[in-house]
Amino acid sequence: MDSEDGNRGDSSAGKWYELFSRGARDWLRHDEKVREAVRANLPEIIAGGDVINGGARTVRVPVRMLEHYHFRLRRPDEQQGAGQGKAKPGDVFSDPSKEQRPGEKGSGGRDEGEVQLLLEFKVDDIVDWLWEEMQLPNLKARTGPSDESEWVREGWDRRGARSRLDRRRSFKELVKRRGNPGASPNFTDEDLRFRQLSRRRKPAVHAVVFFMLDVSGSMSDRDRKLAKTFFFWVVQGLRREYRSLETVFVAHTTEAWEFNEPDFFQVSGTGGTVASTGFAKVREIIDARYHPGRCNIYLFYASDGDNSVSDAAEARTALNAITADACFTGYVEVSSGLSRQLATETGKLFAELTAAACAAGSYALNDFDDVWGAVRHFFTTGVHTPEGAGPAQAPHPDGSP
Amino acid sequence: MSADWQSYVRRIEELARSSGLKFHPVDFEAVPDSFMMEIAVYGLPVRMPHWSFGVRYIYQLIQRHMGHSRLFEVVFPGNPGHAYLAESNGVAENILVTAHVLGHADFSRNNLLFRRCQEQVSERIVEHAAQHARQISQAIEAHGAQRVEAALDAALALEQHVDIDQSLRRERYPEYLEESKVLADDGFRKRFAALDPSATGGSIVEVKKRAQVPPHPERDLLWFVANYAPEMESWERDIFLAVREESFYFYPVFATQIMNEGWASYWHARLLREADFVPQQAYLDAIKCHSDVVRPVAAEQQVALSINPYHLGFSMWEKIIERDGLEAARSIMEQDDDFGFVRNHLTRELAEELGLFRYSARSDGQIKVLEHDLTALHEALLGPKYNFGTPVVSAVRVRNDGTLELAHDGSTDGRGLDLERSRKVLDYLQKVWRRPIVLTTLNQAGSALELTAP
Repeated sequence: MDSEDGNRGDSSAGKWYELFSRGARDWLRHDEKVREAVRANLPEIIAGGDVINGGARTVRVPVRMLEHYHFRLRRPDEQQGAGQGKAKPGDVFSDPSKEQRPGEKGSGGRDEGEVQLLLEFKVDDIVDWLWEEMQLPNLKARTGPSDESEWVREGWDRRGARSRLDRRRSFKELVKRRGNPGASPNFTDEDLRFRQLSRRRKPAVHAVVFFMLDVSGSMSDRDRKLAKTFFFWVVQGLRREYRSLETVFVAHTTEAWEFNEPDFFQVSGTGGTVASTGFAKVREIIDARYHPGRCNIYLFYASDGDNSVSDAAEARTALNAITADACFTGYVEVSSGLSRQLATETGKLFAELTAAACAAGSYALNDFDDVWGAVRHFFTTGVHTPEGAGPAQAPHPDGSP
Repeated sequence: MSADWQSYVRRIEELARSSGLKFHPVDFEAVPDSFMMEIAVYGLPVRMPHWSFGVRYIYQLIQRHMGHSRLFEVVFPGNPGHAYLAESNGVAENILVTAHVLGHADFSRNNLLFRRCQEQVSERIVEHAAQHARQISQAIEAHGAQRVEAALDAALALEQHVDIDQSLRRERYPEYLEESKVLADDGFRKRFAALDPSATGGSIVEVKKRAQVPPHPERDLLWFVANYAPEMESWERDIFLAVREESFYFYPVFATQIMNEGWASYWHARLLREADFVPQQAYLDAIKCHSDVVRPVAAEQQVALSINPYHLGFSMWEKIIERDGLEAARSIMEQDDDFGFVRNHLTRELAEELGLFRYSARSDGQIKVLEHDLTALHEALLGPKYNFGTPVVSAVRVRNDGTLELAHDGSTDGRGLDLERSRKVLDYLQKVWRRPIVLTTLNQAGSALELTAP
């Protein structure tokens, strides 16, 4: 790269500068530095990112260019300069360069970084960085059928594939046989031993995670987006951690429906809030498809907490029917601006569960910056195992630590 | 490369010589636009790698895509000089550019500031810079990219903090204060000592006193750090000195921009007029190109808030040569830099003729045109160029524990430093100084303020 030799003469082929761009190299280094900086503040940055739409596997984060700092004088309130053109003393106008081209300024890049970059991050990378030390609470191995199996070696046979010929074993057979009088000293088919394989099922660590979202009229667009952002990162993180993880998406207003994943992240609705319909739907799906003895069941519910008062008793019953079998139920209360600290109908419901030492937890999520806080709250190892044995009215399999 | 244009080079050179230009031979090379852009970004064809150049590169790229900037040539002084021309230049443009380059070559050979700096740096800065780049890529291999980058962060942040009046290869300060010889030769003291033999000539014993470091406020921070940092590695010192050498090269380019570009523009216009061997069409194209380069204000605008140095310098040289003749102009060209040039030769009449004005800009973007005042106009033009365009920060002391004391001279700069940026610079520097650093400057109210790192 440093050769000056190519600069003389007029042979146009093979000049080093046609093959190599130093500017691009140093730009990549700048990019890398930005990424390092972004990575250090990732949770705050991605939380607001518009990631859950369109199923794109990348997140775009707007960042400013880095500045290489020099000693500079403080910016004065009024700056003096020299200009040229048709202007008389006393003329007043506004800076045309500031109006016309807000995107760029000055020359040569010594000016402040006003150019914004959009850096693309792979969702998978982000999840890798973020989920390093997170896991599902109360996950237990469950006996039962599992699709995962592996081949293990098991015994020998006289027939088999050439590749599984066990030479040592076969030789032993030869030696044994040669002990008999009049035996042929050479290998015969009788001597050969082949390794056998058999399929064995692995113990299952099956989990199903229910994501339930309140899409009633009281949930503003922002609330819904907040909840979906939370769900998005949870889903991404869980998928990364657990291969055999099933997800079920349920949304409810006064009724409840199951959705597939892409639709779920687009869903919106109107109408009242009857949380018990949602819980009932989840229970119905559990009964139909997932056996609690074979499967870890999780429920995460996001709502603004304004459940209809008349539904309180029913919701409690329906929720208890789930917590009876679930490893964990989490409640995320999304509320715009006013932080009500979970003092809502639904909030109280979950507070009761937590007080009763059930595997349940709540989190008040008010701001996009806090999405990662919510994820961390639920998925940091070992935080949610309740103290002491599970109480009688809400027994669950993992009551004792 | 256009053969057409090549055939003119020799004849333009002859014409230039016969017009009194004195220059070292120049190697011309046509290069792709992308490489032209890199030369402009780095300031040298091959230069050390650093991410900050990447930032400038992107700004350039954006500018180019928006059609705001176009580079015709970059020329490096030396013997021989190197001129890089954009491959995309047309024949007419290249004829113009060749003449322009010869103007620069004349300037850089004869201007005293250029000559002084070239004596210091040698006339082969292009090769030296490539050598520095190689040296730094070796350092990267030996010590890792991160450590080299930390050293470059610091060195390039202090890029302009050199003392151009000192020699490039500067000796360290004398370690001891100069002995006062007067004492030894003083007859009275000898006789006085002889009065009492028990006091064994206490006054004659040479008391060597260790000099304080630095003995005076030191503006050349790159040199000072490279020489006096308590725990700097030798390869880090080399990086500091490499950056310093390049700064010695850049200073005259920076401090004579108006004169130099004006001089080259004057000569490309004049040589073109006199070049009867250039066909009519090429001549017209070249003249159009000339007027694009030296126009004061972009076509669609009435007013510019910056001054095109090509235009200003060109107009000033035309006036000077018209008034005082070429000989006088040549001696101005040899002796001045932009400060003397503008103050002595930008007259009230010319300023009015060119429509130059002063303005003050509020932070909300409102611009107010100020009263005519020639001296103030000079200072408004030259203000950004003082002290290599950077605040005056000196090293004033190294404490016994190795703490470096820096001081910003707020009295000449008129106000304090930008604190946020200064802190970051201290952070860079602390990584190579490896002991605490204290910087005094002024706060908003104008009273002293101390920044420390770490």
